Amino acid sequence: MDYISLYNNEKVCRKDIPTLDYLNFLELNTGLLSGQPQRHCVNFFGFEEGEKVILICCIADDLTHKILVSSTVVVKKTEYPSLTAVNHNFENFEREIHESLTIEYSDHPWLKPYRKIEDYPFLKPGSEELHEVGVGPIHAGIIEPGHFRFICNGEQIMHLEISLGYQHRGVEDLMRHKDGILEKATLAEGIAGDTVVGHTSAFSNLWESLCGFERKPYLDFTRTLAMELERVAVHTGDLSALCGDIGYQLGSAVYGRLRTPIVNFMQEWCGNRLSKGLIRPAKVNYPFTDKLAERLREALNAYEADFNEMSSKLASLPSALSRFEKTGVVTLDVMSEIGAVGMAARASGLKRDIRESHPFNLYGKTINHEPLLKRHGDVYSRVQIRREEIRQTLAYIREMLDNIPDFEKPSDIQVCPEADSFVISLTEGWRGEISHCALTDKDGKLVKYKIKDPSLHNWMALAQAVRNNEISDFPVCNKSFNLSYCGHDL
Amino acid sequence: MLNHLKILWHQGKQFIPDVRSVEVPGIFRGRPIISKVTVDGAALAAICPTKAIGLSPVSIDFGRCTFCGECSLKFPEKIQFTKDYRIASNVRERLIVKEGEEGRISFDEEEIRKEIKSLFGRSLKLRQVSAGGDNSCELELNAANNVQFDMSRFGIDFVASPRHADGVVITGPITKNMAKALEICYEAIPEPKIVVLVGTDAISGGIFEDSDQLDRSFLKNHKVDLYIPGNPAHPLTIINGLLDLTGR
Repeated sequence: MDYISLYNNEKVCRKDIPTLDYLNFLELNTGLLSGQPQRHCVNFFGFEEGEKVILICCIADDLTHKILVSSTVVVKKTEYPSLTAVNHNFENFEREIHESLTIEYSDHPWLKPYRKIEDYPFLKPGSEELHEVGVGPIHAGIIEPGHFRFICNGEQIMHLEISLGYQHRGVEDLMRHKDGILEKATLAEGIAGDTVVGHTSAFSNLWESLCGFERKPYLDFTRTLAMELERVAVHTGDLSALCGDIGYQLGSAVYGRLRTPIVNFMQEWCGNRLSKGLIRPAKVNYPFTDKLAERLREALNAYEADFNEMSSKLASLPSALSRFEKTGVVTLDVMSEIGAVGMAARASGLKRDIRESHPFNLYGKTINHEPLLKRHGDVYSRVQIRREEIRQTLAYIREMLDNIPDFEKPSDIQVCPEADSFVISLTEGWRGEISHCALTDKDGKLVKYKIKDPSLHNWMALAQAVRNNEISDFPVCNKSFNLSYCGHDL
Repeated sequence: MLNHLKILWHQGKQFIPDVRSVEVPGIFRGRPIISKVTVDGAALAAICPTKAIGLSPVSIDFGRCTFCGECSLKFPEKIQFTKDYRIASNVRERLIVKEGEEGRISFDEEEIRKEIKSLFGRSLKLRQVSAGGDNSCELELNAANNVQFDMSRFGIDFVASPRHADGVVITGPITKNMAKALEICYEAIPEPKIVVLVGTDAISGGIFEDSDQLDRSFLKNHKVDLYIPGNPAHPLTIINGLLDLTGR
C-alpha cells in the first residue's frame, strides 16, 4: 500500500505516512481520483524541512469514510510534472506550492499568482469587439477585497478571472509561532469571521486528537449545535442579500431581520453574536443550560413561522424566479472537475457533505445526516438548498435540545501535542468542507499547520458560473456562492 | 400584493426606537470594570491572547482586547465586563480602562475637528475598506443598516464610491497587499474627510499584530478620528460611536 488511510481526526505517527518518489506520488494520487466520483482532494500542501520540501496529499473517500494520505520529497527550484495536468482538483493547491515553496511545474496549465498581487497579465480579449471590466479590490458594498476581471461581449460575460491575495495575514505561520492554546483558538476564530464555529471546531477537534485528549459529549454537543445555528444564521443572511441583489426589498428586509434572533441567541449563550469565545479545545466556558434551551425553542418557533411565510412567497414570485432561474449555471461535470465542495456543489447534484461522509462531533452518532441535493446548479438551486438546509437544520437542533448533556466546569487541562504526529480534521461549515492539518516534530512542536477553507475550490465554480450570463447578474451569482476572501488568502 | 401586505404586517415593529440606551440581550462583554482587589498580576496578564492587560495599575486596553472574557472567568473578583456597549472614542488612550475606573468611555470634544459636527452632523456618507478584515466586523457594519438597527435614519450611510464619501471606515489589521488600495481610496475622498477604525484588528492589529504580512503605515500618516472597538464591534457600538463623533 502506498498510502495510509485515516478516519477524520485520527492521529498517526508521521513515519507511518508512506513517502513515495515523485512520479509514483503523482500516479497514485491522480489514479485515486480517476473515475472515482466519490473521491476528491481535501488538502495538498508542502513545507520545508532543511533543504528539502515535503509534500503531503490527502484524498477523501466518501464511501469508505476514510482519508488517504501519502507524501513525497521534492527539491526547491526544480521542475516537476504537475498533478493538475491530469486532474484539475489539484489546481489551486499546486499554485500555492509553486508560489510559497518555489517548486516549478513543467505542465501546470495556469500557474497564475496565488496571493501575490503584483502586475499580473490577465487574459486579454484579443479582439476589438470585446472589452474588459475590472472590479476591485475594493468593492461597492461592505465586503472583503478581491479583484475581478471580466471579458465581455456587450453585456455578456465571456470570461471571468478572479485574483485574490489582498487579505493575506499569515494565519498559518502565526498558528505555528503562537504558543498559547487560547492564542491559537483566537486565530482560528479569525480565519473567516463568518465561519467562526466551523473553523474553530476544526481546530479544536484536531488539537484534542493531536494531544490524545478524549472528547467529552458536551464538547461535541456545543460544537454541533453552534455549527448548525451558524448555518441557519448565515443562510438566512444570504437569502436576504440575494433578495437585495434582485431588488426585492421585502425579501431582503424580512430575511435580514430574521437573522438577528439567531445571532442574538448566540450572544445570549456566549456573549458574542458571531460565536467568538464559545469554541475552545477541551473546555466550554459557557455551558448550555435548560433555560437557554427554552429560549432557543421560543426563538426558533417564532423564526420558523415567519421564515416559511416569506419563503413560500419567494418561491411563487415570478419576478424573483425569472432572475434566479437558469442564472449562473454550473453543471455537475464542471463541479466534479474542479473538486467543488459544500452547499454549492450539492446545488449542482454533487453529493459532498462531511457530516455524512466523514462524520465528526455528533454527526454519525445522534445525527444521521442525509445531504440535500439539487440538480440544476443555478442561482435558484442555491437559493433552494439554503431554504431546505435551514429546515433540515431546525429539525436537528430541536432533536439536540431534547438531549442536552451534562456540562463540566471549565478548567484548563494541560494538553500537549504528541511528538512526530499527524492529524487531519474535517468539518462541514455552512459554506462547505473545512480541512485543517497539523504535523508535529520530535518535541511536539508544530512543523506545519495547514488550513483549507471551502472557498479555495469554489472560487473557480463562480468563475465558471458567470460565463455567458449578463454582467448585471454577476452580483446575484456572486452572492449565491458567498465565498470567503480571507478564508482563501489566510 | 395582499400577501405582501400580510407578510409586512406579520413582521410587527422591528426597529429599535432608542439606540442610545436599549439593553442588549443575554450576556454581553462591553466596557470592563477592574476592581482594586489584589491578584497575581503576572498570571492575570499572561491569560490575555493579545496582551491587552497592563500592570501597575492593572488596565485593559480594549483597542487590543478580543473580548473573549477569559480573564474575567479566571479572575471574576478582579475583572467584570459590563453590558455598556458605548465604548467608542476619538482618542486612542481613552480605550484603556484602569482599575477603579467606572465611568463611561468619553470623547475628547476638543480633539474633534469643528467641521465634523457642522458638515457631517446631519448627513455622513462613508466608504468601507476591508483591509484584511475577517468579515465579522463587515457583517456587523451591514447589520447596523438592517431594519432593526436602521442607522440610515440618522443620515449615516455607506456609499459605493470614495468620491461620494465623507470618510473611510477601515476594518482588519491592514495587510501589505491592501495598503496601497487603502491609500488610493483615502486620496480619492474629497476634503474634509474622516478616518474610522472598526474592530480590534483595525485598532491594534489584534491577534495578527505580530504578523509580517501587515503594513500599518497608513495609520502613521493619517489622523484617526474615531476608534470603535469590538471583536467584532456590535452594531450599537458602531452607531453610538458615529453619533457621538458627529455631535448628536
